[in-house]
Amino acid sequence: MATEHSKSAARFMIAPSVLLLMAWMVIPLGMTLWFSFQRYNLLMPGMETFAGWDNYYYFLTDPAFTAALFNTLFLVVGVLVITVVGGVLLALLLDQDFWGQGVVRILTIAPFFVMPTVSALVWKNMFMNPVNGLFAHLFKALGLQPFDFLSQAPLMSIIVIVSWAWLPFATLILLTAMQSLDSEQIEAAEMDGAGYLSRFFYIVVPHLSRAATVVILIETIFLLSVFAEILVTTNGGPGYASTNLTYLIYAQSLLQYDVGMGAAGGVVAIILANIVAFFLMRMIGKNLDA
Amino acid sequence: MGSITLKQVTKSFGDVQVIPPLDLEIHDGEFVVFVGPSGCGKSTLLRLIAGLEDVSSGQIDIDGTNATDASPAKRGLAMVFQSYALYPHMSVRKNIAFPMKMAGMAQDEQDRRIKNAADVLNLTDYLDRRPGQLSGGQRQRVAIGRAIVREPSAFLFDEPLSNLDAALRVNMRAEISDLHRTLATTMVYVTHDQVEAMTMADKIVVLRAGNIEQVGSPLELYERPRNRFVAGFIGSPKMNFVEGAEAAKHDAHAIGVRPEHITLSKTEGPWSGTVGLAEHLGSDTFLRIHSAQLGELNVRTIGDFQVKHGDTVYMTPDLTRLHRFDAAGLALY
Ligand SMILES: Nc1ncnc2c1ncn2[C@@H]1O[C@H](COP(=O)(O)OP(=O)(O)OP(=O)(O)O)[C@@H](O)[C@H]1O
Ligand SMILES: [Mg+2]
Repeated sequence: MATEHSKSAARFMIAPSVLLLMAWMVIPLGMTLWFSFQRYNLLMPGMETFAGWDNYYYFLTDPAFTAALFNTLFLVVGVLVITVVGGVLLALLLDQDFWGQGVVRILTIAPFFVMPTVSALVWKNMFMNPVNGLFAHLFKALGLQPFDFLSQAPLMSIIVIVSWAWLPFATLILLTAMQSLDSEQIEAAEMDGAGYLSRFFYIVVPHLSRAATVVILIETIFLLSVFAEILVTTNGGPGYASTNLTYLIYAQSLLQYDVGMGAAGGVVAIILANIVAFFLMRMIGKNLDA
Repeated sequence: MGSITLKQVTKSFGDVQVIPPLDLEIHDGEFVVFVGPSGCGKSTLLRLIAGLEDVSSGQIDIDGTNATDASPAKRGLAMVFQSYALYPHMSVRKNIAFPMKMAGMAQDEQDRRIKNAADVLNLTDYLDRRPGQLSGGQRQRVAIGRAIVREPSAFLFDEPLSNLDAALRVNMRAEISDLHRTLATTMVYVTHDQVEAMTMADKIVVLRAGNIEQVGSPLELYERPRNRFVAGFIGSPKMNFVEGAEAAKHDAHAIGVRPEHITLSKTEGPWSGTVGLAEHLGSDTFLRIHSAQLGELNVRTIGDFQVKHGDTVYMTPDLTRLHRFDAAGLALY
């Protein structure tokens, strides 16, 4: 298979798609870089001038940036913890034999297919609304003051909404991993005197580590750029309490019409994402080696 | 310590009864081999003893106490699985240490036993490797090592050598037999390999569809099979069965002659036939002979017996080693 001839043939064959992908990636990246060094405001089109590092300077020293940076981290870490832990527990449940297993499994997967805007609106209006929401009714039924989730704990609420959407994904991947665990290993551990908890921590958890790594890597990519949920629920507020980097960039370029600054934010976000990816791969990437 | 007694044990999966009521006595220190055709319930029986399956009815005593409802860990037995079932993310050392760690044994005692096991099984150089970096035979030894450190009252093996190549199998066979001699612990061993059963066992249990057909030492089963099933199952190549007129001469419904108990000649003998297939193995020659009066016969003869397809040969059965069976298939003695 891997002869010199077949290798060069393969290179030749994949060249078009590689070139297309490169163009796809390099052109927007190049334009972002270009705009990030321009003084470019949508209110004054045609007046662009070279800005040097000004855009970066103002973006990084804006207090909103630090807030957004930490919000992004909290959001990513919070959702990861909830989905991975919850996913393992749900997968353990779904791995049991029970009546109606097939239907329950499909229902568990369902939230993943709901669009972020839709799910966020449902959460906002039907669950978390302080007057009409289900939680408000529940609180009132218990004689408590309804809690206005989105204004009093905006970031937590968004973490819950996003976790709800990603939990099925984690569950699904972890469940298939759990089902691929050799039952003889569990039986061997049982004979070796391991109780249920020992079997879980010594056999099941290590077996799941690879699948969990995949879940964490994939989710991180998407969670760094959560946007729709914030836009339709809190608009990043109150203040900057639920603004993440993605939302901040949107606010800069389209709400304040400052494309140059937005582009600078975009470049910063790319760098940060790569730093996160680097540390992530250092920390858990070894789980992917066979 | 390591006697196991099964009393009227049955096992059903749903409506299907895999093990009909079964009694079996395994004495302390014995090497007992379960053989039987595929699907006859050997693994199920072993798993019942291990406690990995619940009995449907009946009682299992281990060392004289009722262990029917005891959990696998409480029975003091160790099992070696066909797939080895090593823990892939742990080093060999940790694999072997796992049962001791679960038992909360002191670290220096653990180290001592690991060292012992590694010495006995030639694993000292591999203790820090993962199972994935070992050959099949080494994995097998790790699985055995994990079993011996617990110092169980009996070992259970489910076809432990079936994933190994022929040469390695011969080695491991000898190693397990040696181990049995050194430890003098009860071993229950499932296989469908004739040679393993004959060479390793103190006692062979022949199973068919969950029923025990016969229990006995290897030579007992070879020389005095209780019925046609055991006669045909033990011994390779299989015993020849002849029914009809030839059997009637010996007052039986059927007679059985082992391939090695027929003398071949090119000139004379009471039975005759033409050579079908001739397999020259060097040390032996296996022939399939078509005989008009008897049907197909397997015959084993010396390596340099020169015949080829289509030759006519004459056969003399060793009458002292003839097996006679009645119409129900039971042996007549
Ligand atoms: N969990 C189960 N559920 C239903 N039937 C089962 C189960 N386990 C085994 N059986 C059935 O029980 C019978 C005996 O199976 P068992 O695995 O004990 O056979 P075996 O003698 O070990 O065969 P082999 O030599 O092929 O390993 C088979 O007919 C099998 O289909
Ligand atoms: Mg089996």
